[in-house]
Amino acid sequence: MFDTIKKNFTIVLFCGINSIYKIYQEIPMKVLIVDDSMIMRRAIEGYLKDFDIEIIGTAGDGKTALALFKEKEPDIVTMDITMPEMDGLTCIKEMLAHKKETKIMVVTALSDEGTALEALKLGAAGFLAKPFNEQMLKEKFEKMIGA
Amino acid sequence: MTEQEVSVFTGIIENYFEEFTGKKAVVDKPYIKEEEKIILSCTGLIGISGKRKGTIYITAHREMLVDIAKVFLKTDELDDEIVLDMIGELANTIAGNAKQHFGSDFLISIPSIIDGAPNDIRIKLELPVYVIPFFWKGQKAFVVVGIE
Repeated sequence: MFDTIKKNFTIVLFCGINSIYKIYQEIPMKVLIVDDSMIMRRAIEGYLKDFDIEIIGTAGDGKTALALFKEKEPDIVTMDITMPEMDGLTCIKEMLAHKKETKIMVVTALSDEGTALEALKLGAAGFLAKPFNEQMLKEKFEKMIGA
Repeated sequence: MTEQEVSVFTGIIENYFEEFTGKKAVVDKPYIKEEEKIILSCTGLIGISGKRKGTIYITAHREMLVDIAKVFLKTDELDDEIVLDMIGELANTIAGNAKQHFGSDFLISIPSIIDGAPNDIRIKLELPVYVIPFFWKGQKAFVVVGIE
């Protein structure tokens, strides 16, 4: 009798884990797009539509981005640096202090090595300098989510 | 600002259009601005602070911005706000890319946008002011740089 209970428990446990794993597999990654330029937000959103992701929101400044981040807890963030209210580097620091496993890809016109190094030092997972085109963004994004 | 530094901006303009739209811009010979007014229907301005001080602006006609935005967004449905945003983003990218050459102390502001070409507008720039004319798809625009 004990063996039967143990066997059934194992099956239930296995099915449970399997279901959770299946659900986990089917949930698309949540993405937040942060840029003070509306055209950039729209372009990034459009370029990423082929990926199996859910855009949970966009923000035009660091403060709004941080509030949205804490509310929705996205898995991935694309982050501009020069923005009103709160700059991107401060925003990265705050976001990773809240949820350190978030992957943040910096997308900025500040193409100098210093900015890139600072962002990576803070914990950014990728860096893309503007100007960019659809293919460049997709490649960087794919590389980042695959890492 | 030296002539060699001006050439940094010509390279950035060429690269910007090639990367962003796939079609290179043709940059004309830069010259030192005198009394003439260089302002078209949409203008994006960036203030420079830190080790260098001054202003960089790009001024273009709305038609050019519509064309760039169409290529970038792959749509013909563009509202006025998006078109104006395009000039701000252009100014931001050109000034931001210059940081690579001028160093980490070259600090750029968020862009300010001027909609229209008012007669009495005066943009304060550090002398000498360099004008860099360029053409993209047959349309003319200017990048104006005045940094000490």
